Order: sequence, then structure tokens, then C-alpha cells
Amino acid sequence: MSATIIRNGRVVDPANKRDEVVDLLIVDGKIAPLSQLSTLSSQPDGLDASDLIVAPGLIDMHVHLREPGFGYKETIESGARAAAAGGFTTIVCMPNTSPVADTPSTIGWIKSRAAAVARVNVLPAGAISKDLAGEELAPIGSLARAGIVAITDDGHCIQNHELMRRAVEYARMVEVPVLDHCQDYNFVGNGVVNEGYWSTLLGLPGWPAAGEEAIVMRNILLAELCDHHIHCQHVTTAKSVRLLREARRRGVKISGEVCPHHVALTDEAIQNFDTNYKMNPPLRAQTDVDALLEGISDGTLSVLASDHAPHADFEKEVEFDAAPFGIIGLETELGLFVDLLVHKHRKVDIVRLIEMYTAEPAKLLKLEAGTLSVGASADVTLLNPDLEWTVQIEKFQSGSRNSPFDGWKLKGRAVRTIVGGKTVWELD
Amino acid sequence: MRIVESTTTALSGDAQAAVRWNRKDLLGLRELSVDEINFILETADAFKQVGTREIKKVPALRGKTLVNFFVEPSTRTRTSFELAAFRLSADVINISATASSLTKGETLKDTARNLEALHADILVLRHSSAGAPQFLANCLKASVINAGDGAHEHPTQALLDLYTIREKRGKIAGLHVAIIGDILFSRVARSNIFGLVKLGARVTLVGPSTLVPREFEKLGVKISHKIDNVLPSADVVNLLRVQHERQRKEYFPGTGEYTRFFGLTKERAKLLKPDCLIMHPGPINRGVEIDSDVADGLQSVILDQVTNGLAVRMAVLYLCGGIATT
Amino acid sequence: MKNGKQNSYIDVLIMDAEAIRRALRRIAHEIIERNPRLPEIVLAGIPSRGVEIARRIADFIRAIEKIDIETGAIDVAMHRDDVGTRAELPVVRASKLPVPLEERTVIVVDDVLYTGRTVRAAMDAINSFGRPARIQFAALIDRGHRELPIRADYVGKNLPTAANEKVRVRIGSADEPDGVWLIKLKGAG
Repeated sequence: MSATIIRNGRVVDPANKRDEVVDLLIVDGKIAPLSQLSTLSSQPDGLDASDLIVAPGLIDMHVHLREPGFGYKETIESGARAAAAGGFTTIVCMPNTSPVADTPSTIGWIKSRAAAVARVNVLPAGAISKDLAGEELAPIGSLARAGIVAITDDGHCIQNHELMRRAVEYARMVEVPVLDHCQDYNFVGNGVVNEGYWSTLLGLPGWPAAGEEAIVMRNILLAELCDHHIHCQHVTTAKSVRLLREARRRGVKISGEVCPHHVALTDEAIQNFDTNYKMNPPLRAQTDVDALLEGISDGTLSVLASDHAPHADFEKEVEFDAAPFGIIGLETELGLFVDLLVHKHRKVDIVRLIEMYTAEPAKLLKLEAGTLSVGASADVTLLNPDLEWTVQIEKFQSGSRNSPFDGWKLKGRAVRTIVGGKTVWELD
Repeated sequence: MRIVESTTTALSGDAQAAVRWNRKDLLGLRELSVDEINFILETADAFKQVGTREIKKVPALRGKTLVNFFVEPSTRTRTSFELAAFRLSADVINISATASSLTKGETLKDTARNLEALHADILVLRHSSAGAPQFLANCLKASVINAGDGAHEHPTQALLDLYTIREKRGKIAGLHVAIIGDILFSRVARSNIFGLVKLGARVTLVGPSTLVPREFEKLGVKISHKIDNVLPSADVVNLLRVQHERQRKEYFPGTGEYTRFFGLTKERAKLLKPDCLIMHPGPINRGVEIDSDVADGLQSVILDQVTNGLAVRMAVLYLCGGIATT
Repeated sequence: MKNGKQNSYIDVLIMDAEAIRRALRRIAHEIIERNPRLPEIVLAGIPSRGVEIARRIADFIRAIEKIDIETGAIDVAMHRDDVGTRAELPVVRASKLPVPLEERTVIVVDDVLYTGRTVRAAMDAINSFGRPARIQFAALIDRGHRELPIRADYVGKNLPTAANEKVRVRIGSADEPDGVWLIKLKGAG
């Protein structure tokens, strides 16, 4: 019998509409009612959470763990460590590994590896199409049985609308959520940065906003046609937000997520050809950033995630065209979002921010997580929304260092991460 | 004639140049000041004279090693840099992508570092990736000269274009310069736009709307898709090479249509003012962007551009190479 | 002052405008005396003061012999082979010499002859234009301290100096009179 009592914290549990300063009791790895305190045989361990927020363990539903196949960038073990250091107790890992996570055996490997070495909950997403090639369906039913929580071709996007339609219908049958990385290959071409003033000035091939919007539109139509929820990953443009807002108003089963770099930076950042600003989808213009902030504020965009994409130094230290897309994000996303959304731009309060990291993704993926309900697994994040800190990449847990945020001063940070009642990380 | 007073020099004739130029690299015209551009052109005046001597050689870069690293192939530009280096008494090595270790998977950075370990002093780089010269300049002590990076910049081409205009018309400010062709994918166009606008010229870009998007107006230029409206008021016409390769098939229907709508035909050339200069960075597609006779005509300064290119490149190598080793 | 330290210097006027004028006129006479075929001469000044001095000598020769002498300019900056060992990068200027040089006598003209390296570079430059029959050298001031086996054929004034002293020449300024100054450290003998 093990017990921990977290005292004096502000318990924010949006799924249960709780926001109160109260103690939280954990017994044998589960949330217990406070009334159980008196029946405990021994004194529980005490954690002082004064001035801290006690939230359900945060969920990041867009993470690249790189295993199997690319362990030199990140492993399940190091990625989980990075997640814990970022305040996350559950992460959903993307299928663009090697081999691609499109067979039950690969899913099985990921799950058993995670069980052995990962200190946070690792939930695999499976591929929509075989080998992410966009030509034939992956064995979605078998993948569902093997334990995936969603399907996505992330990194790629099915261009054949008919194939995507069949995938969504099939997913509906096996009750698996569909996530989509919205990119029209023809519009985008070999674009590496947002099409706009900066791409024109620098002579870099541009990725027009329409390249994302065309697929967002496609997904809205398919969500309606198939009557199944489709979630648009990393939304970045003003018109995407407008399309989502209008569709959701009509009750279409569509949602969108935002990554911190798309509100922290604009495409002006690429002017020195620093590959730490090269992502897919790319950084956009200020008007797009403003629209994303509005979308977060009015609930059009309901989920926050990192798209944590580790790459080795030697891969990123090349000419801009040749560099792979993406940056790490697990250890900076919470700080960036609290700083930008809650403090700087005041678009949401901390309660809603926590909801976008807990109840919203849990609802989307139908997870038993994201709450502090009695009986729930004791995944808890303690965070200090006013803690000022400076990002120091070289101290990070992640196996890679590709981030543009080194040296940034942020306000807001997780201070302790608890999974199944056990502390898996604390700020020293 | 202004006589300069100098109290500190052991050798007469010296003047401090460090204050007018202190860059080891030439990556583009976007970041140069008006004074820096003018200084390069003035220095090029001095080097142009060397080309008229019996022995076309000065020892200014003697003992220095210049590497022409042309990952994207080019004969004309490379030859021009090679000759410029020879005239400055530098030793020259030419490396092309296919011959280099890049094909064996060595990264650009490692290849360049190897060259530096061999004490290369100046690296002239042409690469298909925008930003590649900047990337190398940041990690090497050697001078990096951008000989063209993707669609981004081709600074020595724009400098020789500016030099030619200045030589023939006496000034840049106030002139109306029309740049005609595939602007979107052209590094020559971008560098020229930056240089001309900085020096006070009025620039009009002409071409199909797919290759001359409105976004360019934010750079301080005008846009027109009707060449006949622009030619009569132009003081300089700079024609860009138009190619109908695979990547461009979506942008315009073919060279026949291009010539009909945007080519500088004999008929169109009659619309030009008599002292209007006709320029082209080469190589020319005779009959496509420019009529063959027009290319050889009296208003064409295309060959002057080539001669001036040598002087401008000597100036650039002298200035950047000098700073790198000072 | 280049290094920011204010040393105390005093300026001693060595030649005023009239003294310079007489010296250049004498040089003009010497040139006429030693060069029987005057039209073959080129007075090539080293920018920028050497060019002005060459022009004045040519004016004197014209006044005396009623002959126009060719003048030119030799930029030595690009003939320095020590780019990289200097503290600053020298400005280069265009050179101008009449070609062919084969039958000609080129008289290099400069304001101060010191180590001799400028003259060596000037001869190098001349060689890239052609092979003159003869090269001579005229300096307004010879201050000694040669580092190469170079000598002047015509000298306006011999001025022994110490290595830490400087010689300043002003000539051809619109606002200020011509002059030659020796700049010595205060307190030095």
C-alpha cells in the first residue's frame, strides 16, 4: 500500500469542472477520495503544492519518438524522459518510423518497448495507408486490436480523396479516431517555407496556405460524408481556422490542433536560413498567427500539441533545402503556450489551457486519461504558471537539440510529473 | 582634383579602405549599403584598367588559393571567376559537384571544411540551394563568394549589370530599368532589384503573371504584364533567360507563346528609346527572349557585360580576399 | 591617433610653397638636361600627391622648352604582394600609361621616398604595361631608411629623419597652402 497526499494545491480538473484549492490523495497509483485518508494504515508521503496548480497528467497527442528505426535521433526511452520533463504523462507517438507502424507486430513492439523503458504512458498511432504510401489501406482493424489509439499518415497525407474516404469509413467501423496532416502535394510542390513576402524575397520555394486549406476542406467534406470525426493536425493558416469554425458551427465532426511554434514565430524567422525554423507545416505570416490565437480563444482549435520532431545535428546542419523538417518540442511547449496564450496574448485562462491538454485530447481519442476523477490512474502534473525560466537546450532530456527556442525567457513551467502515483520527473 | 592628406603612412598613395569595406564574404546585395555597392564599382574601375595592359596580371592575391566550388554547373561564371583570380595571381582549383565527394554522401559542410584544411582562402560557391553560401560563410574562416544560390541571389551578376549601366549612362539614380522574364525563379532578378532600388533606379518587372507575382511590389518595384507599355520609357532593358523545362511547364505554356507576348523582337525593339541599353546575363536563347539581330545590334551591351564581369569579380575577390586574410 | 594614445607631436615646417616651387622647377631643369629626347618621357605619378607633382613638373617643362610632356598615373596598391599582412586593405585606383612603352623613358614621381617599396611596386606595375627603355625616379623628399636597393634620380630635398618621425606633404589643396612638415615627438632632439 503506497499513498501520497498533495497538499494545498489549486486542483484544476476541467473534465470534472473542478477548480479549487484542496488536497489530492493518491493510493496505490490511483486517485482516491480524501475520505480514505483516515483509513490509511500509515502516514502518506506529503507533497506541498502551495502556489502550484495540480492538474490531470497532460497529454501530448502529436509526438515523434523515432523508434523503431531512427534511434539516433530519439528513442522511446529518451522521448518519454523528455515528455516527463515537459510535464506530460501521456504521449501519442506517430507511425512514420522504420518500419512504418502499419502492422500489428510493429505496434506490439512499440508497446512492449514502452512498457519496459518509458516512464510515461506511450500510446501508438497506426498508419492509415500501407507504408504511408497513400495507395492502399493499412490493416486498420488489426491495428485497432493491437492497441492503437488513432490512425494517421502524419508526415504524409493521402492525396487520393477516394482512398481517404474509404479509410474514414473503415475507421468508423472499428471506432478508431482519424488524424490528418493536411498537405496538398501539388499546391505545395517542393515548397520549404510559407509562400509570402519572405519566400519571394529570399527566392525559396513557397508552400501556399491553400496547400493546407485544400485538405482541411477535403476533411470537412469527408467528416460529413462518412459521419466520423476527423482531427486536423497542426493547423496553421487563417483560412483553415475559418473553415473549421464554420464547419463546427454546423455540427460537423471536425477539430484542429495547434503547435506552439506556429504562434510563437512567423515566417520572418527564416531570413537567415537557419534550419531550426524549417518545419512542416511552415511558419506563417502574422495574420495567420492572429487567426490561430482567435481560434484558440473561441474554441475552434481545441487541442494543443508539440509535433515533437527530433533530428540529429548533422542532419540539420546543412543547406536549408536539404534539411529535414521539424523541431523538438516536448520540453518547451507548456512554457511557450502558458507564456503566450495565458500571459502575453491573454487568449485563454490557465483552466482552458489545461483542458486543451487533458479533457480535449482524451475526449477525441476516447482515452481513460486527462481527469482526476476518483479511481483514475494517478497521472498528475504539478505546474507553476508564473515560474520564470530560461530555455537551455543543452540541459534537455531529449536525444536531439534541434530547437529555435534556446535562450528564450518563458513564464510557466511544470515542476513535477507523476505517472501512476510515482514521480517520474521533478524540477531541481 | 582632390588631394588627400596623410600623416601616418610610410608609403604614399595609401588611403584607408577598411572603413568602406570590411566583409570577408559577398553573399548578396540585400545586406549591402549604398556606399558599399559604390565602393565595389569604384574598385572595379581600377581593375578594369588591368585588362587593357600588355601583361594582364597584378600580384594582389599572390599566394592565395581560390576554390571554384560549383555544385550547380556553369561554364561562363566559373570561367569569369577563374580568369579574375588568375589576373590577381591567385592559385585556382575548380571543383564541380559530380567530381567532388558530395556524390559520395559527404555533406557540404564537411567538403568545405576539408578545403579549408587545405588552406583555401577564398571559396566561390554556386549551389542550387538558397542560403548555402551563408551557411558556409558562418562555419568557415575563408571568404565565401556567392556565385548564385538557387533563386536567391547572384550578387556579382547584378554588380556587373550596375557597373555597365553606370559606365554607359553615367549614373543609376532616376533611370527606368525594365527586367523582363522569369522573375520568380531568377536570382539575377532579385540581386538586380536590390541593387537598383538601393541606388535609386525605377524598376519595372515584366513577364507572365505566373512568373511575376504581385508580392514583388513589396520590394519597391512596379509590375507590368504588357511589355509594349513599358519599352518606350525604359532606359535599360535587362532580359532574363527563359526556359521551358519540366518545372516550368505549369507556369507558362511554352517558348512560342512567351516570345509572342514578351520577347524582344525586332518590331518591339523599335519601341525603345535610341539610347536605351539592352542587357542580358547570358547565355542567350536567340529567338526566344531576344531576337538574334537585336542581340547583336547597336544598343546591345551584352558583350560589355562580360568584360565588366571580369573587372567586377576582380574587385570582389580583392576586397573580400583581402579582408579574410587581414 | 590610430591607437588612441595621444602622443605629443610637434610639426616643423621644412619647405613652404615657394621652396617647393623652386625645387620642382630645378627638377624640371635636371630632367631636361638628362633627357635629350623629351617627347619620349612619361611623367607617371603615384596617386595621389605624386600625380599632382608630376603635373607641375610637366607644366615647368612646357614653360621652359615649349614641349608638352605626357603624364600618367601608376596605382601601386594592387601591385602590393602583401595583401593580408597589412593592417588595412588599400584602396585601388586605375592606372594610366601611354602604350606602347618600348621607346619611352618612364619617370616615376612621388612625394616621399622612404623604404623604397612603393617604387618597387611601381616598377612592377609598369612592367605589366610593357617594357620601357628606361625608368627613372623623382621624389620631392628623400627621407632615408631604404629597405631595398632603390635610389632617386631627382630629389627635391634630402631630409634625414628618425624612424619614429613622420613626413607630411600637402600639395594642391584648394584651401590650404602647400608645404612639407616633419613631425617629431615632443622632447626629442
